Amino acid sequence: MRVELKDIHKTFGSVHANVGISMDIPAGTIQGILGENGAGKSTLMKILSGFIRADQGEIVLDGQPVVIHSPADALRHGVGMLHQDPLDFPPMRVIDNFILGSEGGLLPNTVEALKDFNHLSEQFGFSLDPEEYVDAMTVGERQQLEILRLIWLGARVLIFDEPTTGISTTQKVNLFAALRLMSKQGMTVLFVSHKLEDVEGLCDSVVVLAQGHLVGEVKPPYSTQKLVEMMFGKAITLGERMPGTCGDVALSLRKMAVEDYRMHIGDIDLDVCGGEVIGVAGMEGSGQGLFLRALAGIVRTVAGQVIVGGQDLTGCDYHVFKRHGVAFLPASRLEEGLVSGLNLTEHVILAQEAEGFFINWEKGRELAQQRIIEFNIRGTPSNTVESLSGGNQQRALLALMRVPLNLLLLEHPTRGLDIESTIYIWGKLKERCRSDGTAILFVSSDLEEILQYSDRVLVFFSGKVTPPLYADLLTTEKLGELIGGIGWSELTKTGERP
Amino acid sequence: MKKNFWLTIGFQIAAVILALLFTTLVLLMAGAPPIQAYVSIIKGTFSSLEDIGNVLSAWAPLLLTTAGVLITFAAGLWNIGIEGQVVIGAIFTTGALRLLQDSSMPPGMILVLGFLAGMLGGALWGSLAGVLKTFGGVNEIFGGLGLNFVATAITIYLIFGPWKRPGIASLSGTLVFPNQLWLPTVPVAGFSPWALGLGLLVILIVYLLLRGTLFGLRLKAVGKNIRAAYSLGVPTWQYMMFAFLLCGAFAGLAGAVQVTGVYHRLTPGISSGYGFLGLLVAMLINYQAIWAAPIALFYAALNIGGIQLPILLKLDSSLSGVLQGVLVLFVLLVEGARQRLFEKR
Repeated sequence: MRVELKDIHKTFGSVHANVGISMDIPAGTIQGILGENGAGKSTLMKILSGFIRADQGEIVLDGQPVVIHSPADALRHGVGMLHQDPLDFPPMRVIDNFILGSEGGLLPNTVEALKDFNHLSEQFGFSLDPEEYVDAMTVGERQQLEILRLIWLGARVLIFDEPTTGISTTQKVNLFAALRLMSKQGMTVLFVSHKLEDVEGLCDSVVVLAQGHLVGEVKPPYSTQKLVEMMFGKAITLGERMPGTCGDVALSLRKMAVEDYRMHIGDIDLDVCGGEVIGVAGMEGSGQGLFLRALAGIVRTVAGQVIVGGQDLTGCDYHVFKRHGVAFLPASRLEEGLVSGLNLTEHVILAQEAEGFFINWEKGRELAQQRIIEFNIRGTPSNTVESLSGGNQQRALLALMRVPLNLLLLEHPTRGLDIESTIYIWGKLKERCRSDGTAILFVSSDLEEILQYSDRVLVFFSGKVTPPLYADLLTTEKLGELIGGIGWSELTKTGERP
Repeated sequence: MKKNFWLTIGFQIAAVILALLFTTLVLLMAGAPPIQAYVSIIKGTFSSLEDIGNVLSAWAPLLLTTAGVLITFAAGLWNIGIEGQVVIGAIFTTGALRLLQDSSMPPGMILVLGFLAGMLGGALWGSLAGVLKTFGGVNEIFGGLGLNFVATAITIYLIFGPWKRPGIASLSGTLVFPNQLWLPTVPVAGFSPWALGLGLLVILIVYLLLRGTLFGLRLKAVGKNIRAAYSLGVPTWQYMMFAFLLCGAFAGLAGAVQVTGVYHRLTPGISSGYGFLGLLVAMLINYQAIWAAPIALFYAALNIGGIQLPILLKLDSSLSGVLQGVLVLFVLLVEGARQRLFEKR
């Protein structure tokens, strides 16, 4: 099925997520869609698959303009989407999941469906037991189930959102074979990914999105360097690099391992000294979030040791870490960091060391006002946090930190902030490194930010971690490649200075 | 800001009118004259000193349960188990009085110990729901509901078993305590100033606790966003347990008031439904402690006013319950409508 997108626009509040995107994908194509986090890939795909509606623009399928109201509607038009986290029902059997979305009556024809299921499964070379329960299956198998289900329901256009995250190499080979078979049968595959290697090895054509714009389309043979450049754009200058000082060891990791249901990250050895800044790079969901939470005691490590300022805190609670001068600032501000419904004064009081039973509101308000000025927050002490803009919420979160700190863990510290605020915030953070000897580990998807402010860099890719690399020896291109999973074999024990 | 305030008031009045209309409809369907019914409810609340005394007697335990659930609501918990906490409080008080009534202790002392025992019992029952919630992963609504049934079962067992009246066990409860173990009451009106004072004191304490203390602020943080509260350094499960304990203690006091001030014995329906009614009041005042006293008084008045209905109009006294429930439903409904209409996002 031929898919045409014409001048798609979508805004969320003040963010222009898709800016006039037009594409024409002929039937039988495997189309790669590449871009960094927040580039607008997911928004575009959600528009095509009916999860959200475009503000403006047209979707044309096989020459026929269509209006898609819902995912079910999209499927009726032949468009199906596989999400990064499979949208299935784990407590149910494979066959029940398979039948679930079909437009049957009260009593679905299970016998017929089972026949179709086995037939399709064989065709694609999958080996799924229809009687198995989904919660016992791997992400790769769940993906296979989802593919079969969508095709059975009549999907002729299949959208894959980061499908190679969290699946084994064999499953990846199977997946790619299946995708090629689909394209041979005239189906159109949209392959959304940040993994350059996968995209280069599979796709007939690649479009690159950046900051909501379609930057360009590339046909094979691909030049990795060109793709990286298109993805991350041109550099903005953030001023001179300020190399950090190095005090006593603030954090030591010894053979540390963390895991969740998708990945296992093992054998991390790292020494961070006071005053040092470590940038953590990698595409979303490559394990950085897990890593950072493990360093704060929010997620338990499964092996190894976490030593903060000489104290072995392995297996301790976040509040114990906190008492040892560790702070964690999450990316999801209103979910994990701030309490909706409470105002800035109340937050400041909560974050402070407890002083007596009764609250001194006057003092609290003064303190809040002081922080508002110091951190340049646009708001008043009586503003509730949800009424602040994202950037101001971020500043509020920073303003709530207790001082002095041994170790500060930040997730996307400047996401959503303009460049001036970014420079301002980093000025504050660097000041902390210098005066208090605070060590900082921060996750960011902004390569410029990482190279600019880190002394050393860790790169995560599919649950693997590079050894710490010296930031001044890296370039955005090199870092972009590492994030995309390229050039890992050439990494010696290093990043070490020659 | 000012405009918003009047808008809210307008919508609240609309809710009351809608609730009255709905109740009128119910009355018409039951074939009763609505006006007369309303008049008799109003008359039943303050046409005599005794009526007023009854209302005040109902007000005291309702204040206590309302205060309790304001604490648990602040922590984001639906403490349905408050009924059981009232009942166990009453059982503990009864137990303490039975144990001490033949001792040489002065009656005042026995009463104080009875109240403390009630608090202890309620807190114990509350902490059970809390333990189930924080360590067992049992939602407090289910846990509370289950514990309510257990509490009622224990009452029945005690009344028909170990604590039965000499001679024959009776549904009307255990043997009535001697007069000196009754809470002293105001003559004629028949309400206990002690119970009322306690209720008002507790509501005041809760108001101050939620408004001006670190404990209250932390409780609210836990209730509004437990993950963020945790990352701000609040020991979250401990605070949830505190909330259950405190609510249970207040509920237990309500039970003690019922035993010592109203029934002077343990009866199967000792809680009089004040636990659930407290939940209703808390919802109606949108969890703002400052409104608790007047609205609880209003609900207590409805409870007492309804008593006259069967005699005067051959209507069931539960009509007041209809009005009480419908009022909460319409206030919530109208608030939802207001938000949809005027706070578009």
